[in-house]
Amino acid sequence: MSAPPLTLAARIGGWFARPSEQAGLRSDRFRLEREADWKRLEAIVQHMEAGRTRRLSDADLLALPALYRTAASSLAIARETSLDAALIAYLEALTQRAWLLVYGPRASLWSWFKGFIGGGLSASVRAMGTELLIALALMVAGTAAGWLLVAANPEWYYALVPGSFADERVPGASRAVLERTLFGNQDQGGMGVFAASLFSNNAQVSILCFALGFAFGLPTMLLLVHNTALLGALLWLYHGQGLLLDLIGWLSIHGTTELFAILLAGAAGLHIGRAMAFPGTMAVLDAAAAAGRRSAQVMAGVVLMLVMAAVLEGFARQLVDSTPSRLGVGGSMLVLWCAYFFAFRRSGK
Amino acid sequence: MMAPSISRSPASTRQRVIVSPEGVPLHFTLASRGARAAALFIDLAMIVGAMVGATLILAKLADGIGLNITGGGSPAGRAAEAIAVVWIVALFLFRNAWFLFFELGPRGATPGKRICGIRVAARARGAGGGQLTTEAVIARNLVRDIELFLPLLFFITAAVEGEDTDLAALAGLVWFGIFAFFPFFNRDRLRCGDVIAGTWVIEVPRPRLQQALSISEAAGGHSTEAGSGYRFTEAELAVYGEYELQALERVLRDKRAEAIRDVAEAIGRKIGRSSGSGDERAFLEAYYAQLRARLETGMRFGRRKADKHSSDKHSSDKHSSAGPPLPG
Repeated sequence: MSAPPLTLAARIGGWFARPSEQAGLRSDRFRLEREADWKRLEAIVQHMEAGRTRRLSDADLLALPALYRTAASSLAIARETSLDAALIAYLEALTQRAWLLVYGPRASLWSWFKGFIGGGLSASVRAMGTELLIALALMVAGTAAGWLLVAANPEWYYALVPGSFADERVPGASRAVLERTLFGNQDQGGMGVFAASLFSNNAQVSILCFALGFAFGLPTMLLLVHNTALLGALLWLYHGQGLLLDLIGWLSIHGTTELFAILLAGAAGLHIGRAMAFPGTMAVLDAAAAAGRRSAQVMAGVVLMLVMAAVLEGFARQLVDSTPSRLGVGGSMLVLWCAYFFAFRRSGK
Repeated sequence: MMAPSISRSPASTRQRVIVSPEGVPLHFTLASRGARAAALFIDLAMIVGAMVGATLILAKLADGIGLNITGGGSPAGRAAEAIAVVWIVALFLFRNAWFLFFELGPRGATPGKRICGIRVAARARGAGGGQLTTEAVIARNLVRDIELFLPLLFFITAAVEGEDTDLAALAGLVWFGIFAFFPFFNRDRLRCGDVIAGTWVIEVPRPRLQQALSISEAAGGHSTEAGSGYRFTEAELAVYGEYELQALERVLRDKRAEAIRDVAEAIGRKIGRSSGSGDERAFLEAYYAQLRARLETGMRFGRRKADKHSSDKHSSDKHSSAGPPLPG
């Protein structure tokens, strides 16, 4: 950032009454020597802030970090040598604006999304392996507990299953009634089912699992167990009429996606809870922030999975009406997700 | 010496100092809670407006080409349903993309935040120096969904499933209240998403570079009005310090004739000489330039004079109030 060389003409011109050349104060000379760099930096910053980065020349873009450091060092010097309050305020604002740009987000939404789909999401999921195992164990335990409780005393069924589920699916229902809930609903509107599913219990459970991770993960664990106990109770009910496999087929078509999403949300909540309970050498807030950023990635994936599950439930379940093909769709979704999260690794990242 | 990465000056509860990776302390002002709430309302109004507008236009179009959602089981009805589902998903993503897209841009602010003159920045703890990462912006906006829209979801679910909506509304209200008042219970006015993401919301800085006062015609000591220059003696300059200098700078920049006359009179009384009537500005500019020259010379030798009550003294104990020292 050397000053432009003084030509003879400029030198002679300077002899004649240009007020800037009359700077008597040392701090004003300091200002005049660097003002061109500051103005250039200001122009670049203004262009970038207005979203016209593309119109900047490569030379300007390359000069930005150096100009920023010049401004920062000018600010430090001015604070110690100049009493021009307006100058210091200007330099401070300029340095701040340049700092915000130089240390701003490196990726736009679109390039983040590409990285997110192409490896970032699965890397974040893999990074919380311990929590995934804990959440999986809790869900299995919850299902088993639900089954065992209801098997021991059918009264438990009404305690575990909310009213909207227990319309005709109650202990003592006949095989025909239960079968009707699984098959032959082709005329149901896909859109209504979709909307209901999106606002359903499971979407809420996933978000809550994550949100309540702040309370050291304990509510997350309770939620996981409680909601899978519902599943266990339903399984027991259909098992009593020999429809277990058909129910699993009916559930699996969207359930493998949805339960996987709940599993991930639970793991994300536990991840935050664990970071806050055992922050290690970091401050609690910093630990929560680090875990929060990773969990947020996973939750963005969970939201996409839930939307996909709602589409599957709204349409695929109506179109596919036999247990083997339902199991096929559900199973292949499960394999797909597992492959995506655990086998798909991007080299270099 | 190494300055702490975050220190708080007692002057204003909203002033925060971030030390840039280059070691230069930068003074930021936290956004007020009112500005943030206003920004959020503006954004939400824009989002809802865009959604409703686009939906109405699409519905008109669909009507025009004969698609109808209530078409029942016919293939056309199914297609319309599928399109409606895609549209619902698109709307859902639009709301999230709105915040993400704008906050990831070079301005770091949604349109609502821009109108209110605030933006998102990294909290800059530790050695990181405050790189605002993409993940941080994503995290703070995902948590917004939990803070703001989850209670709404409670209510809708209860209404759809025919449960007790009063109870759901109450639960939603409590939930919303906890998060809405979260910024009142920490010093940095962080909402939950800011805590998680390591960000905060600050006011956007932007003053313009003003003409230096000390290089104008009169500052050199020449008065165009009186035709004579003002030269002040060391004793006449020694009565004031930096505080008075900056007050004088403000008066000169404001250019209010009345104030200039009053100040010139006050200074004239103090040092025992006065400007001619109508020549107050030249008098003050000359005094300003010479006082600044004297004080800045003092600074270079480590002597600073904070105001008229303090005597010239060595700077070692003056550093803290005059500006944070350079680290390193």
